[in-house]
Amino acid sequence: MSLLAVENLSVAFPGHVAVREVSFAIEPGETLALVGESGCGKSVTAFSVMRLLPSNARVVSGRILLDGADLMAASPAEMREVRGKKVSLIQQEPMTSLNPVLSIGAQIGEVIRRHEKVSRRAARARCIELLDLVSIPDAHRRIDDYPHNLSGGMRQRVMIAMAVACGPKLLIADEPTTALDVTTQAQVLDLLDDLRRRLSMAVLLITHDLGVVAQWADRINVMYAGRIVEQAAIRPFFARPMHPYSRGLLGARVDVDADEHYSASRLSEIPGSVGSAAGEAGCPFAPRCPMVETACRAVPPTLLAFEAERHVACPVTLEAARDG
Amino acid sequence: MSVQAEKLAEKLADVGNRAAIPRKGRRLRAFMRNPTFVAGVIILSFFVLLALFADVLFPGDPLDMVGPPVLWPGENPEFPLGTDSLGRDVLAGLVHGARASLLVGLSAAAIGLAIGMVVGAAAGFFGGWVDTLLMRIVELFQTTPTFLLVVVIVAIGEPTMQTIALAIGIASWPTVARLVRAQFRSLREADFVMAARSLGYSSLRIIAQEILPNALPPVIVAASVMIANAILTEAGLSFLNMRDPNLVSWGGMIGAGRDLLRTAWFLTALPGVAIAAAVLSLNLVGDGLNEILNPRSEP
Repeated sequence: MSLLAVENLSVAFPGHVAVREVSFAIEPGETLALVGESGCGKSVTAFSVMRLLPSNARVVSGRILLDGADLMAASPAEMREVRGKKVSLIQQEPMTSLNPVLSIGAQIGEVIRRHEKVSRRAARARCIELLDLVSIPDAHRRIDDYPHNLSGGMRQRVMIAMAVACGPKLLIADEPTTALDVTTQAQVLDLLDDLRRRLSMAVLLITHDLGVVAQWADRINVMYAGRIVEQAAIRPFFARPMHPYSRGLLGARVDVDADEHYSASRLSEIPGSVGSAAGEAGCPFAPRCPMVETACRAVPPTLLAFEAERHVACPVTLEAARDG
Repeated sequence: MSVQAEKLAEKLADVGNRAAIPRKGRRLRAFMRNPTFVAGVIILSFFVLLALFADVLFPGDPLDMVGPPVLWPGENPEFPLGTDSLGRDVLAGLVHGARASLLVGLSAAAIGLAIGMVVGAAAGFFGGWVDTLLMRIVELFQTTPTFLLVVVIVAIGEPTMQTIALAIGIASWPTVARLVRAQFRSLREADFVMAARSLGYSSLRIIAQEILPNALPPVIVAASVMIANAILTEAGLSFLNMRDPNLVSWGGMIGAGRDLLRTAWFLTALPGVAIAAAVLSLNLVGDGLNEILNPRSEP
């Protein structure tokens, strides 16, 4: 059984639908990347899993099964037991995600004492272990520091320590490194990967950085305008992206190994913007797609299997792939 | 190691030591150099000490007639600040009055803060109809003139110390409620509140542990001004004879001295100076606290 199964999830805000009929599953211990540009519904999907959507959002349909139990049917109290204990969230902004008036030790200890019956002293000892685990040097001295004493990377490590404090089975990382500089970014992702193995948890990695995906994810789900357009394992995906949008994304990367440079050759881009998907009856990518056919504009394509573990929501490319 | 390198190492160690001093202590020390804040603290502690040791300094009831009436200050060394129209010692009255005034101020502010913080936190955090309902109640209180409300409440009950403090507290909570509500409204959207939710904390816990400590600085500043206002209001009530007849208060002394304003003006002026000094000191302390507690004014 999958650890987390999202089935047919649709989430609407007043005036627009942010997530449409999204289904995916996460197996225990794997890292699944959810990729897409800003505003495509990645974060909304993640926050739906935590049931922490803004008050004006509405889940139109769908089930979210964690270990077989439907989170959509859970009571608020049951949900609070899930959050932080079974599923944890790391946010984008480490600079503002820690409470500025409490020491980091107090904040981590608080999480432990919220979910487990341990003494203050035991919680403090666990805190030091956790700070050690996320490679914060001098953990026993740093524990009494306040967030403003720490750098961005350090704060994100503290956030990670809080998230893994109670041994969650699933860690949702919502663009965990977007606010960090590149060297810190790699360290934090390495740490996440290491913790995933050591604590045997699954990671739902939300990002728009394909470089990050290639290096740290096992499988990828590409989202476009609220829909998943391609699901694949990492190697086949990067060897042969199938959906025109995936191809566009990969084409828009600068490949340093191939000695590419923006001054030497023109970077490819995907024409148009996500906004063009609004009001489109068929495939949301049709207005920007180089391979668009008339049939594409009629009905939105569903995910179709190409190989095992590989689904693409584009009949045109599927047909071409099968033929050739 | 060269001399220069040694010096550098020393300097670095120095920096390290300085960093080891807890930040709050360092801040407080920096602000102890702020002259107006220090002045406020000194005047306020003077009054607090007077209030604490009133019974030791002037044992016996300050309402007792102890000397000839209307002695001017300095006329009789036994009564350095003179006596009033009934022969009561003015100095003893001032010292005991400090106790009454500060006590009324503190308890009224505590009552106002307690009600205001609960209402403001609930309104700001939950929003929606809770907010609408609570804010209409706040507006109801705010449209009534504060002093009139206090007078009415005291007139309905007995004019005792407790009623007066309660009345002033009830009349002053809307300000706190609005302040706390504004803080909560902006803080509830903060990333760390979302983080707290994602860790499974309940609303009550988020209000009390995550948001409230962040919302406190302006409230503490407001509290010092509230104490000052409560002292003023109590003085006004006493002047209107709505006072606890068994206690001396500064306002009561002014009220009693009113009849002799032309001949023995010191009976009104001396308690007036005491009130002005106490209120001024509380305002100075409030201003200083405002800077100390403001995270943006890192010394």
